[in-house]
Amino acid sequence: MPTPADRTAARSAIRDEATRLRTLFEATGAQVVDPPVLQPADTLLDLYGEDIRARAYVTSDALRGEQMLRPDFTVPVVQMHMAHGAEPARYTYAGEVFRRQESFPDRANEYFQTGYEVFDRTDPAAADAEVFAEIRAALGDLPLRAAMGDIGILTAAVDGLQTTPARKAALRRHIWRPRRFRALLDRYAGRVPVPETRSALLASADPLADCAPVIGLRDRDEIAARIARLRDDAAAPPISENDVALLDAILSVRETLPFALEHLRDISVDLPAIAPAVDRLEARARALSARGIDIETLEFEASYGRTSMEYYDGFVFGFYAEGRSDLPPVATGGRYDALTRVLGQGAEIPAVGGVIRPGLLLELRAAR
Amino acid sequence: MTIKLGVPSKGRLMEKTFEWFAARGITLSRSASEREYAGAVDGIGNVELVLLSAGEIPRELAAGRLHLGVTGTDLVREKLSQWDQQVQELAELGFGHADLIIAVPAAWVDVDTLDDLDAAAAAFRARHGFRLRIATKYHRLVRDFLRHAGVADYALVDSQGATEGTVKFETAEAVADITSTGETLRANHLKLLQDGLILRSQATLFRSRAAEMNEADRATLAQLCQMIGVD
Repeated sequence: MPTPADRTAARSAIRDEATRLRTLFEATGAQVVDPPVLQPADTLLDLYGEDIRARAYVTSDALRGEQMLRPDFTVPVVQMHMAHGAEPARYTYAGEVFRRQESFPDRANEYFQTGYEVFDRTDPAAADAEVFAEIRAALGDLPLRAAMGDIGILTAAVDGLQTTPARKAALRRHIWRPRRFRALLDRYAGRVPVPETRSALLASADPLADCAPVIGLRDRDEIAARIARLRDDAAAPPISENDVALLDAILSVRETLPFALEHLRDISVDLPAIAPAVDRLEARARALSARGIDIETLEFEASYGRTSMEYYDGFVFGFYAEGRSDLPPVATGGRYDALTRVLGQGAEIPAVGGVIRPGLLLELRAAR
Repeated sequence: MTIKLGVPSKGRLMEKTFEWFAARGITLSRSASEREYAGAVDGIGNVELVLLSAGEIPRELAAGRLHLGVTGTDLVREKLSQWDQQVQELAELGFGHADLIIAVPAAWVDVDTLDDLDAAAAAFRARHGFRLRIATKYHRLVRDFLRHAGVADYALVDSQGATEGTVKFETAEAVADITSTGETLRANHLKLLQDGLILRSQATLFRSRAAEMNEADRATLAQLCQMIGVD
């Protein structure tokens, strides 16, 4: 059993490591920032929805209402940059984040993160490569497996489907929820039967004719509008098997970066809409190479990052300890242009960043 | 030491529990004073009856202050994280049936499934600028269920009672609540979603995995299990 003194020493060591990593990033020119631990809950709830309550601690007082113990630094850093920041900007921070772990009692619910965030519109591919390379360098010589993906390719693929804008919007909305995404795709492709209630609704000339009293905020017009959308949808031809196969082909791409690129190029012959996103991936690969990263052995997985928090919308990456699938990733990051748009109230800036968990880093070093 | 058995302190749940044990040779009775939350146990020795609110029984079982407790499956699953690590189901008692369900206004002729609810929530948020609100007191169960189903753009609002009235009162657009017959739903112009059944609940006898026991207690528990027909 660790004594209180052991625990204090371990915590100090993690804090020192977090600060050491921040100093590394500071030395590359990043500005140190220190957002508050308590964050207004409404911003985070608006971004993530109800799911954030299962992951973050919520507290409240009668004056300020609901507050959250910060579950990450990205949101407050983006808010701070959008309110005061000059461009381009690089930020670094070190501190604790708090996550509820009700389903995983062995995982830490309070741990340190050191982060590096880049707000720069000049060359997104170079910024992606910069964050990846700086994080990798800060991790030292530990044997780590890098994983990466690109949500932008999935979004582009959805946009390139031969189907209605409404269906594309519905699929885009669920890129981060693979089960619901698959269910929608099956339905739009006519692979599953239409529920009886839906058929009955569509067969009825005036479904609202003798319905129950309309109660609540969602009014008759909204119900009628959705029925109209359902009629439009029923009239639209199913998404072709060919398109579904292309989407599946993209989702199953998992190979080293050069092969993945080649594979995606082949697919883009049949689905030209993804070509610009594949160009961006290629530019990123070149930028990574220019930074001395060996892209020949780098794994690319198109589905990577689909189940994470839904603000990443382009490049996504993570570093994992070899042979330690029991541990969460030592570092993660990605591009979140859309988040700056949501929090910028009209303004936006391409942004990419990543975080390291110093506690895990120390644990892995000690285990060597 | 004694084996502590927790039973809901009020109403039909208490009476039915007493009847269930009586039918198995164990007589539970409340002390003569109606105000005192203690009771007597006949038919088996070394067992102490504790009367308390059904909502507190899960917590007391998890803390090991009760060895056995009768409460609803819904309450155990809502209040205990990884409930099956903390308590064990010994017997379903066959009463106190209630389903935790999601219901929407019956006038929503376009919404019959979770898939519809998700689509309606997206449109609602775009139109009203806030997420579609679901009133409930079962936050964890409902959130887990909806996350698993991939429903987005909703928010849970707390309602500790008269939940079916929240839609008409415009503090919520849908509800997630316990229903035993569905009559309250109909009376409030609400309907069930076809795939909106979150949990079937009934009164259940649970055993704490945390409560300490000595030799005599283990023998008592074995005897009790034999009397109620649990292996």
